[in-house]
Amino acid sequence: MTARREPPVSDDAVPFWDATRGQRFVLPWCTECERAIWYPRTVCPRCLGDAVEWRADAGRGTVYAASVHSKPGPGRDANDGPYVVVLVDLDAGVRMMSNVVGCPPEDVVPGTRVAIAWEPLSDGRHLPVFRPV
Amino acid sequence: MGRSLRGAAAIVGVADAASPTGELETRGRALEAAMIREALDDAGLTLDDVDGVCCSGIATGIAEYLDLHPTYVDGTFVGGSSFEVHVEHAAAAIAAGLCDVVVGVYASTPRGDRRHGAAPAAFGPMGPDVAAEWEVPYGSMMPMTSYALAADRHMAQFGTTPEQLAQLAVDARRWAAMNPRARYRDPITVDDVLASPIIASPLHQLDCCLRTDGAGAYVLTSADRARDLASPPVYVLGAATATDHWVISQMPDLTVTPGAVSGPAAFAHAGITTDDVDVLQAYDSFTITELLHLEDLGFCAKGEGGAFVEDGKLGPGGALPTNTNGGGLSYTHPGQYGIFLLVEAVRQLRGSCGERQVPNAEIAVAHGCGGVLSATGTVVLGTEATR
Repeated sequence: MTARREPPVSDDAVPFWDATRGQRFVLPWCTECERAIWYPRTVCPRCLGDAVEWRADAGRGTVYAASVHSKPGPGRDANDGPYVVVLVDLDAGVRMMSNVVGCPPEDVVPGTRVAIAWEPLSDGRHLPVFRPV
Repeated sequence: MGRSLRGAAAIVGVADAASPTGELETRGRALEAAMIREALDDAGLTLDDVDGVCCSGIATGIAEYLDLHPTYVDGTFVGGSSFEVHVEHAAAAIAAGLCDVVVGVYASTPRGDRRHGAAPAAFGPMGPDVAAEWEVPYGSMMPMTSYALAADRHMAQFGTTPEQLAQLAVDARRWAAMNPRARYRDPITVDDVLASPIIASPLHQLDCCLRTDGAGAYVLTSADRARDLASPPVYVLGAATATDHWVISQMPDLTVTPGAVSGPAAFAHAGITTDDVDVLQAYDSFTITELLHLEDLGFCAKGEGGAFVEDGKLGPGGALPTNTNGGGLSYTHPGQYGIFLLVEAVRQLRGSCGERQVPNAEIAVAHGCGGVLSATGTVVLGTEATR
């Protein structure tokens, strides 16, 4: 288990973090616009409506950009690294930052297909990361 | 000079929320969003109409939450009268044609915050800490990770090379050699840049700006008064703002900064094209930052920045003298570098730059970029001859 600065739980993201306790990946969708929203919000940034519902997601996507960090950032243990920070374009149509694990970090490049994986956090939540597929 | 905003703007929608219990169920960004929705409904307008956002804090925070990309923002904080000040500023902005539809918003829920176990926010809702929740746990570094990702994407999409980015650091150092107050003045080569440690791939240490102490100031007055003062006036010929996001994972296209909006708008305002620019001061927090500015301001096509700079045309004697004080890469970078862009542009137009003076500089551009490629301000400056 990697030492990380653990993410706070924002009001808008409580259902997301609760689902990670069972390693379930869910995304907020606006039911008016039929569009996924990321990061989690309780109002849709397109229509300002509050008809937002949480839907299970397959957690697959494509790396949009990647950067290998040899010296860890403040959110990770000083002995971590090298690791790769990525932006992943999920097939659901939203982009999130993450790490890709389970392969040499330098193998991860824009276009790499990835699927959701989980790293445990100390309070029973899990952090969504990705592995190559 | 008289005020020109008389009758130029009107308030067309309002909303407020309060409760006899003294408590509201909604708080934070959701409350701000509800107020904005209600006020827009009252006006018969939608979010798509909005191009300006005011709040007494970080205006880009609520803008990002609503996926707005305003070209007018005002986060002036002067306490309880902030909102009256915002209205004054916005009316002036509207009178000047800077924006069309401005929303101002405020929400504060000290009771609700206490009930939720949160410390009451001193300056209204700050919203979710997006970076702490969705970026920092992945080991991102502020700000290097954001720019490294932008550089990686530019390379993958357009074939830009580390050597081409390195040329920008080399050119900055050549200018710094002629600035006695520059932090670093010894010449460097492309190979030196590539041999410096990789901070976050693909960026090397010498692709990154300095961390130094620094300070600056400017004085602006009316053209009438300016004529009789001690130094030759440098006129604001055009200016424009654009905003895009606050954290990098919300940036729609990492190869296009909001400078693609503020740059052309400021140039049009000034009635100039890129060919008219004698000297450019373009925010160089990282080499990739400067490369993106060249494309977005229109000096070359999107994706062609690498090929554009590789002959050293930004350096001394080049076709497009850029960051003539040595820039954030070699002169100074205390964190918010934008003031130095203005100061150097003014000095170049006054002809007071000594050894590094660009001959016959009549039009200069100061192009600032804040956050992580988040918000740009482009200012076109000219001399008496180009006014």
